[in-house]
Amino acid sequence: MTHSAVHPTPASPTPEGGHLLEVRDLHVEFRTGEGVAKVINGVSYHLDAGETLAVLGESGSGKSVTAQAIMGILDTPPAVIRSGQILYQGRDLLTQPEEKRRQVRGKEIAMIFQDALSALNPTFPVGWQIGETLRQRAGMSRGDARRRAIELMDLVKIPAAQNRLGDYPHQFSGGMRQRVMIAMALAMNPKVLIADEPTTALDVTVQAQIMDLLADLRRDLDMAMILITHDLGVVAGVADRIAVMYAGRIVEHADVRPLYKAPAHPYTKGLLESIPRMDQRGQQLSTIKGLPPNLMRIPSGCPFHPRCPYAQQVCVDVVPHDLVLGDGRTSACHFAQEVHDDSAR
Amino acid sequence: MTVPASSTKVRGETVLSVENLVKHFPISRGVVFQRQVGAVKAVDGVSFELRRGETLGIVGESGCGKSTLARLLMRLETPTSGSATLEGRDLFKASGSELRRLRRNMQMVLQDPYTSLNPRMTVGDIIGEPFEIHPEAAPKGSRQQRVQELLDVVGLNPEHINRYPHQFSGGQRQRIGIARALALKPEVLVCDEPVSALDVSIQAQVINLLEQLQDELGLSYVFIAHDLSVVRHIADRVAVMYLGRIVEIGTENEIYERATHPYTQALLSAVPVPDPELRDNRTMIRLVGDVPSPANPPSGCHFRTRCWKAQEVCAREDPPAVPRAADPHPSACHFAELRA
Repeated sequence: MTHSAVHPTPASPTPEGGHLLEVRDLHVEFRTGEGVAKVINGVSYHLDAGETLAVLGESGSGKSVTAQAIMGILDTPPAVIRSGQILYQGRDLLTQPEEKRRQVRGKEIAMIFQDALSALNPTFPVGWQIGETLRQRAGMSRGDARRRAIELMDLVKIPAAQNRLGDYPHQFSGGMRQRVMIAMALAMNPKVLIADEPTTALDVTVQAQIMDLLADLRRDLDMAMILITHDLGVVAGVADRIAVMYAGRIVEHADVRPLYKAPAHPYTKGLLESIPRMDQRGQQLSTIKGLPPNLMRIPSGCPFHPRCPYAQQVCVDVVPHDLVLGDGRTSACHFAQEVHDDSAR
Repeated sequence: MTVPASSTKVRGETVLSVENLVKHFPISRGVVFQRQVGAVKAVDGVSFELRRGETLGIVGESGCGKSTLARLLMRLETPTSGSATLEGRDLFKASGSELRRLRRNMQMVLQDPYTSLNPRMTVGDIIGEPFEIHPEAAPKGSRQQRVQELLDVVGLNPEHINRYPHQFSGGQRQRIGIARALALKPEVLVCDEPVSALDVSIQAQVINLLEQLQDELGLSYVFIAHDLSVVRHIADRVAVMYLGRIVEIGTENEIYERATHPYTQALLSAVPVPDPELRDNRTMIRLVGDVPSPANPPSGCHFRTRCWKAQEVCAREDPPAVPRAADPHPSACHFAELRA
C-alpha cells in the first residue's frame, strides 16, 4: 500500500488559506407538478482537511440533497440550484463545466451510499466493478486494475480478497457489500469522502465494524469526511463537528462534545431528549410535538416555531440569524442563549 | 375511552405460552422431481411466556428469526413443530370458528406504515375492515362510531375518517395501523419493528402512545425490534435471539445490567450511545464476521463461530438455556458469566 505517499502533508494547504470544501448559502428547490418544494434554504458549512463533519437531520431536512449538490449528481430537473457556491480548494464547482466537475467527482470527492445492494451492479463481479474506475479514470491496464482492486479490498478488510474478486454482489453479506462500496470510493484516493447513512441498513454489530473501518481509513489515508446520518448515537462516536439540519437550514453548528452537553437550539434539544437511552430507563419519553413542515409551505419566521416550546411572536415574524455563542458555535434561534442555559442546567 | 379494560382479568397471569416452537423452511432442488436438500432453520426451538399487561421485548439481528416468530404467533405460518396456547387454548390446533375467536384476541402492528395500509381504502375502511370479518365485534350501525373512537384513542382527528393513507405522515400512518390492531379489543399485540421506519422525533410519540394504551387497556405486547435502546425503554422482560434460538431471557434489568451470554454482551456494547463522554468510558466488544446462514448453522452453540470464549465443548454440545447459581435467569452458554 502506498497510500501514505499520496497525501504527504497532513493538512494540505488550500488556496487563499480557505477551507478544503465550503458550501456557501446554497438554495435548492424541487419543481414538481404539485408546486415548488424549497428543499435547501441557505445552507453554509465547511470542511477542513482531515476532519469529520456530521450532518444530522431527519427525513426531508435536506442533508442528502446538499451532498448530492456537492457531488453534482442532483437530478435537474426537478431540482434547481437557485443560488449559492460550492467551493472546493477555493474554486466554485457550480460554475465549472461538467468536464471539470467530472475531474473532481470520485477523484477528489467520493461518496458512499446507504443501500449497497442497489448501489452495486448485480450483473458484474465486484472486482470488475472496483477496477472499472481505475481502468476508465486512471487509464490502468486490466491486470493493474485487478491488482489494485485486490489491494483496495484488503484495505477495507474483506477476507480472502483474491478469491472473492470474481464474486457477485449478492454473494456478499450486507456489511461486506458496504465494504466493497467503500473500496470503490477509495479507488482514486479522494481527499473528501461523503458517507450518506453508511450504516443505516446494517445490524448493530456490523454497524460498529463499518464505523470503525471508516474512522481508521479516514485517519490512515488522511481524508476529510462528511457523515450524513439521522442517528445521534453514530455521530457521537466519530464526528469532530456537527451540523444539525431542519427544513433545509442548518439550525445548529458546534463541536460534538459541547453540543451533546448543552444543545443551544430547541430542535437539537428536543431530539436529544426524545431518544430512548440504553443507560437510563425513563417513564415517558419527551417528544417534539407536531410534524416536520411541508417543504412547499414552510412556516414563516423560524421554520421550527410551530413545534417549539420556546416560540414567541418574534419567531413567527422574523427569521432568526445564526447567533454565535463562543467556541465557533452557532444556533439559528432567537433564544439560543436561553436554550443553551436551560440545557446546561 | 369506551374500550373497557380487561378488568376482570388478573394482571400477571400467563396470557400466551409458547413451547419449543420450530419453523424450518425447506430448501428444494429439481424442477419435476423436487426433493428437499436442506432447511432454513428460521425458528429453532423457542419457548417463552407472556404475562398479562407486560411487554416482552424480542431483540436480535436480521435473520435471527424474530419476524418469523411473529408470523407464527399470528398463524400466518404453520409451525414445523411446537405448541402455543393463548389464554389456555391451543393456538395451532384451533380451526374454524374457534380460530376466528382466537384471532380476535391477538393482533399485529407491522413495521412499514407505507406498505401495510391499502392506498385505495379510506382510513375508516381500513380501521373498520376487521369488523367485516368479525361482525359480532361491532353491530353494523355502530361501526362508524367505533372507528371514530379508535381514531381518537390513537390521537388522530376523528373527522379524518374519510381521508386516504397518503394524506397522513409516517407517524400518523403507524397510528392508523395501531387503531386497526385495536379494533377487535385484543388481549395481545404483536408489534414487529413498529417504530423502526419512523424519524426520531416521531418515534418517541408512537412509543409513548403504545405505553399509554397498555396502561389504559391492559394489553400485553410482544415487541420485536432491533433497536436495543427502544426495547429497554418499553419492555418489562427481554428475550435475545440468535439464529433461531433464544440465547438469553430475563427482566429488562437482568438483560441490560446483568447479561451473562457473550452475544448479549457484545450486542449491548455495540449500541451507539448518544453521549460522547459516556462512550469514552466503555469498552466495546468487537465481534468478527457476520451471522452464519440459518440454512447451515454451526454445530453445538450457534454463536461459537463469533465467540471469543468458544472452547471445544461449544462445538460438541448445545448449551441449554438454564438459570445458573450466580445469575438466576436463563442463558444458553457453557461459560455464562457477568462481564468483567
